Amino acid sequence: MSTSRPRPIGLLTATLALLRKDLLIEWRTRARLNAIIFFALATLLMFSFALGPDTKLLEKNAGGYFWLAILFASVLALGESFRVESENACMDGIRLAPADARAIFLSKALGNTLLLTALGVLLVPVMVALYGVRIVTSVVDLGLILLLGSLALSAPGTVYAAISSNARARDVLLPLLLFPLVIPALLSAAKATTLVLQGDPMRQFDSWAGLLGGFNLIYWGVGFLLFPRIIED
Amino acid sequence: MGKFIKWGLPALALVVLAAGWWLGLAWAPPDREMGDVQRIMYVHVPLQWVAMVAMAINFVVAISYLMKASWKLDAAAEASAEIGLVLGTAGMITGAIWGRPTWGVYWSWDPRLTSQAIMLVTYTGYLVLRRFVEDPEKRATWSSVVAIIGAINLPIVWFSVRWWRSLHQVQSTPKTVDPEMTLALRVSAFGMLFLTIWFLMLRYRQALAERQAEVALPDALPSDLAAAGGANSTRVA
Repeated sequence: MSTSRPRPIGLLTATLALLRKDLLIEWRTRARLNAIIFFALATLLMFSFALGPDTKLLEKNAGGYFWLAILFASVLALGESFRVESENACMDGIRLAPADARAIFLSKALGNTLLLTALGVLLVPVMVALYGVRIVTSVVDLGLILLLGSLALSAPGTVYAAISSNARARDVLLPLLLFPLVIPALLSAAKATTLVLQGDPMRQFDSWAGLLGGFNLIYWGVGFLLFPRIIED
Repeated sequence: MGKFIKWGLPALALVVLAAGWWLGLAWAPPDREMGDVQRIMYVHVPLQWVAMVAMAINFVVAISYLMKASWKLDAAAEASAEIGLVLGTAGMITGAIWGRPTWGVYWSWDPRLTSQAIMLVTYTGYLVLRRFVEDPEKRATWSSVVAIIGAINLPIVWFSVRWWRSLHQVQSTPKTVDPEMTLALRVSAFGMLFLTIWFLMLRYRQALAERQAEVALPDALPSDLAAAGGANSTRVA
């Protein structure tokens, strides 16, 4: 970094400004939120058709289907979060601001986390109605897993969305890169959700939540460190 | 150097590999429980080892590229990922062939198998990314990032899958097998290693030549590629 450049604003200020901008754009159109909600609802519905009318089976696997619906929707949400920047060369504008590139990562990843958490909150009642599940342990646990899971999808997802948004065949590339990566997150989130919905006699919830927390620490850290290299030009 | 890579190394690899496989198939005793089926070990285990070596090279090269960009490192990254994927896939297929008579199934959701499957998908994604980005400089940087993240993920995958479901026997190393099998395994492994080094060298030279052609003659690329790749591809030397 050259010394003659004006001193950039702080990381936190830049992050919040960018996050506010993203949320404002989102609020004005609500296109992305609407799209992912209906996409996720359709996915939840499709699982029940794919499985047939066996309600016991649906109830047993609800945690997994819930997270698959969020995962599929996250691909749309993540891709879209960088598509808005490619219009009118917005990304170049942000980079010239001069905003710290890491602020772009944090704001995008937080924005996606918020979006996915909101989606999850809306999906829970639908899952309860469609699959006949009930929350056995506590709503707080479910909320915690929802938040941790959304964070875990968003951090690596934001890094890969930034890459794939500039590549050819971006719609294929993002899931191809993201799916194998988030397997540990998906696995622990689905397992923990199942424990919340079906009872947790062995107290395994904490270990799965811990694994998810560790996954988050690693990928928020790695994303924070490596993201500037991705969007440099 | 050139002559050794072209003729000497493959000749050495084939002789050592032939010796290792002869030792494994004819000389070493059959396994007490598995019988002759176990002899696939002299192919399977060396394949898995060298696949790991290739992936480890890929990881180190990816980190090095982010620290100091060079086309040589990028070419080495492409070569090691591709060779690692081929060897790992061959390792997995030979493992499945072994698994069927031994465990009764080709595939189980054992942590090691599952982690390797995820590893192969990860590096497939990595190679697809390389094909889909035309600007050589961006391709190199982005694929390094993806390689690092993918490699970091593998221990996490292994750990999480072990918790999730826990049939693979303890890996065979010279310490866990009969001394007569050890020799056959060691010789086969060295043969496979020489073969891998030869593959890596050839693929590296090819990848480096491709990079140099891309940088020197962006106009020679197909038209839609040149627009994306020609603009700022000359910065890395």
